[in-house]
Amino acid sequence: MGDQSIIRVQHVVKTFGKVTAVNDVSFDVRAGEIFAFLGPNGAGKTTTIKMLTTLLHPTSGALELDGLDVTTHQTEVRKRFGVVFQDPSLDSELTAWENMDIHGVLYHVPRQVRRARCEVLLRMFELWDRRDDLVKTFSGGMKRRLEIARGLLHTPKVLFLDEPTLGLDPQSRNQMWTHVRDLRGSEGVTVFLTTHYMDEADRVADRIAVIDHGRIVATGSSAELKQQTGTDSLEAAFLALTGTTIRDESATAADQMRQVARVWRR
Amino acid sequence: MAVVFVLWLRELKKYLRSRVQIVASLGTPLMYLGVLGFGLGPVFQRAGEGSYLQFMAPGVIGMTVLFTAMFSGIAMLWDRQFGFLKETLVAPVPRLAIMIGRTLGGATVAVLQGTLIFGVTLIAGFRPVSLLAVPLAFLVIALIAVIFSALATAIGSSLKEMQGFQMVMNFLVLPTFFLSGAIYPLEGLPRVLGALTRLDPLTYGVDRRGARVADREDAFRSCVGRCGAAGRWGPVRDVRCVAVLKNRGLA
Repeated sequence: MGDQSIIRVQHVVKTFGKVTAVNDVSFDVRAGEIFAFLGPNGAGKTTTIKMLTTLLHPTSGALELDGLDVTTHQTEVRKRFGVVFQDPSLDSELTAWENMDIHGVLYHVPRQVRRARCEVLLRMFELWDRRDDLVKTFSGGMKRRLEIARGLLHTPKVLFLDEPTLGLDPQSRNQMWTHVRDLRGSEGVTVFLTTHYMDEADRVADRIAVIDHGRIVATGSSAELKQQTGTDSLEAAFLALTGTTIRDESATAADQMRQVARVWRR
Repeated sequence: MAVVFVLWLRELKKYLRSRVQIVASLGTPLMYLGVLGFGLGPVFQRAGEGSYLQFMAPGVIGMTVLFTAMFSGIAMLWDRQFGFLKETLVAPVPRLAIMIGRTLGGATVAVLQGTLIFGVTLIAGFRPVSLLAVPLAFLVIALIAVIFSALATAIGSSLKEMQGFQMVMNFLVLPTFFLSGAIYPLEGLPRVLGALTRLDPLTYGVDRRGARVADREDAFRSCVGRCGAAGRWGPVRDVRCVAVLKNRGLA
């Protein structure tokens, strides 16, 4: 795929009132790679994803996806990426197939292509047998798989995964990453993911950017980061880069609602 | 167009699948009809106003439409942060299509629920004046449903926290219901209150001075008049709703 960048972020700043969530961040993601965004809680990972997925405007700086300005070409950009958010965005009162189908309509995928793609993806993510079951009867891992399958339905160039394994058991996590790695072969899609499980980033990512306090503190492959910090594991490298103090995230109203939502969904 | 349709269909499917919810949502209107209806009936009659059930049935239908439409719209608040709405917000479709799809979906559900209650009032002994009045009444029901569904969608997209929901219930939904003349006649109210009732869109749907299903005189004329009044509200709300989303940098 060469060194062609599919995502280009330059000097991006995002402030909420007095809080600077993302502070002069720049990085490139190459076409076809799996790029991991690592950082402690509240480091600015989700804010960055929200800006790249057109849900937030940057305060300043430039974001480009597939050569298009994310802020000025929203609709075009939206056709080119799929996204799996931290909080589930499936409709649990609908079946797996219906969730897929609505997505296809929203992305203007012609009916026949839609049907074919739905089948291919549901089979790939081992959900074909459950396609007519309501999503609320699915396990956490199945829901996540369905979300990824849905995100790929319109054959996007980039797939954003915001902490896709959060709250999953080790078996599901393992399976999830196997799927994600296979995607590059089968779909040729660039994957941009955030996580704070070091071992996972170590296993799947081609390149990693470490973000802390809204700034990128290091970029490189897992081996490069270890070398740079003189450590032998990515976890040690991460701690060396970001320090060992625990972050006291100020709990926002959204965080409180998220907690309620999680309890509700059980 | 396909987008509007698919979002409308989604609301409808969800409604038809939630049988338990459908039954549960009959509770409040039944309570009003049963408890309030039979409780206040004799008083109403003694005051020389005739049958309270005849008076109240359209009000209870209106209430059902109001509550159902408002709830479906406000569910969006929840949906926006933690649910399906996000999926639609990153899709390459205009915000207005999303709003219209949701509004029409919520309105359709409200009409269905209103129809259900209409059936219940018939069983309870409510009798529309004439067959001609029934389709007209449904037109009015549909308009109320669209207005409040659009209003709720607008509110749902501007609220940030669940606490706001209580506010909307206490300061908007309940006053809208009480001031509409759904449970008592609006004649002879203090002037301030009278003015408020005229600002209330629901009044144009249920007040007996206009065409009610039970009314005798020129149902048609006032029905058409009220469609005009009701229709003016709906589109305004949808436009405002998009404006709100735009303001927040979402559109």
